[in-house]
Amino acid sequence: MNFNATLIGQMIAFAVFTWFCLKFIWPPIIHALEERKKTIADGLAAGEKGRHELELARGRFVELTREGKQGAAEIIALAQKRGDEIIDKAKEDARLEGEHLLAAARAEIEQERLQAKEHLRKEVAALAIAGAEQILMREVDRDAHNKVLERISATL
Amino acid sequence: MSEGLTSTSYIKHHLQNLVYGKLPAGYERADGTVIEQGTWTLAHSPREAVDMGFWAVNVDTMGWSLVLGLVFSYLFYRVARQAHAGVPGGLQNLIETLVGFVDKCVKETFHGRSDKLIAPLALTIFCWIFFMNLMDLLPVDLLPLVAGWLSGNPHLYFKVVPTTDPNITFGFSLSVFILIVFYSIKIKGIGGFVGELTLHPFGKWMIPFNFLLEGVSLLTKPVSLALRLFGNLYAGELIFLLIAMLGYWQLPLHFVWAVFHILIITLQAFIFMMLTIVYLGMAHEELH
Repeated sequence: MNFNATLIGQMIAFAVFTWFCLKFIWPPIIHALEERKKTIADGLAAGEKGRHELELARGRFVELTREGKQGAAEIIALAQKRGDEIIDKAKEDARLEGEHLLAAARAEIEQERLQAKEHLRKEVAALAIAGAEQILMREVDRDAHNKVLERISATL
Repeated sequence: MSEGLTSTSYIKHHLQNLVYGKLPAGYERADGTVIEQGTWTLAHSPREAVDMGFWAVNVDTMGWSLVLGLVFSYLFYRVARQAHAGVPGGLQNLIETLVGFVDKCVKETFHGRSDKLIAPLALTIFCWIFFMNLMDLLPVDLLPLVAGWLSGNPHLYFKVVPTTDPNITFGFSLSVFILIVFYSIKIKGIGGFVGELTLHPFGKWMIPFNFLLEGVSLLTKPVSLALRLFGNLYAGELIFLLIAMLGYWQLPLHFVWAVFHILIITLQAFIFMMLTIVYLGMAHEELH
């Protein structure tokens, strides 16, 4: 063991290298390490949050689906009811219309019957008069016998 | 191992630093020549190295220490310059693992007021000492051979493992010692530091005894730090040297010892770092 100025040289070198490390090596590396640690922590937190949100979204999705199904069912029921109503109303309308048409037809038939009857009566009356004329072999005085003729024709 | 060398001279040669220093005027060199005036030169024998006194430098260990420090700084700086929080590449991954490891050690051990110096200091100590220790895994004759070939002197002294030089390990531990004293005074004040050294464990009536006890425990810290690292690596190097003298049998033995040594060099670097953190943590704590 032989001590010489190497000791002092080593101490100076040690101081210089330590200073260099302190100034230029340690801070950037430790900074990068801290930053990466933070990035990873943030990423993990974000992932956790995302998972939580997915869970929530899944819950909402189920609820929405259920609501949608329920709404659709309600709409279908309503539509069915409305359809039934429309059919019922249409039936009713048709029935009323039918009755109406029937009544009109009846009235028309009645009227035509009356007309035919009148016509027939007039014809019979004319026939009767013509018959009577022929029987009497003379001209019937229409004016004088109008009353009689009308009465006959009324009885027919 | 060349012909005509004894085991002792082989080992002695390997344990001698390449020293550059000043030889005084009228000094008789190892080859018998006498120099006229004081000369700055490389020592040619262990005795010359000793006679150069304190103002001489171990060119080999100091040089490798600086080279490895530069390797450490360059590697880490290259990563630090483009460090980003994205997905790290290969080297960045490795270095971030190291930095994270050191940071964790410091956070778990150092409970003082957070200080910006401690963690970078620990990283420098760990990596630099690890690189120095790693030199021990190179075959013991490889770099001396290359150095001898490059310098044209095949018997050039050349030690490649800086941590087998007590100058280097004490260079670390004395710096740590200075920091211990500095932080003790900074945190506790001069009075607090002196009080810590004198007023316990036995109260004010035993001040001389307390001072002796605490003084020894304070001075033991740098000495034990440096000697532990030096001793482990010196012994490891010695065993590599002994194995290297076994001829072809050295290959399997060398492998086994090298594998075991991987553990030692990492462990010693780690222990040095941890103890530095612990000592500095103690310097930050208000005791009693």
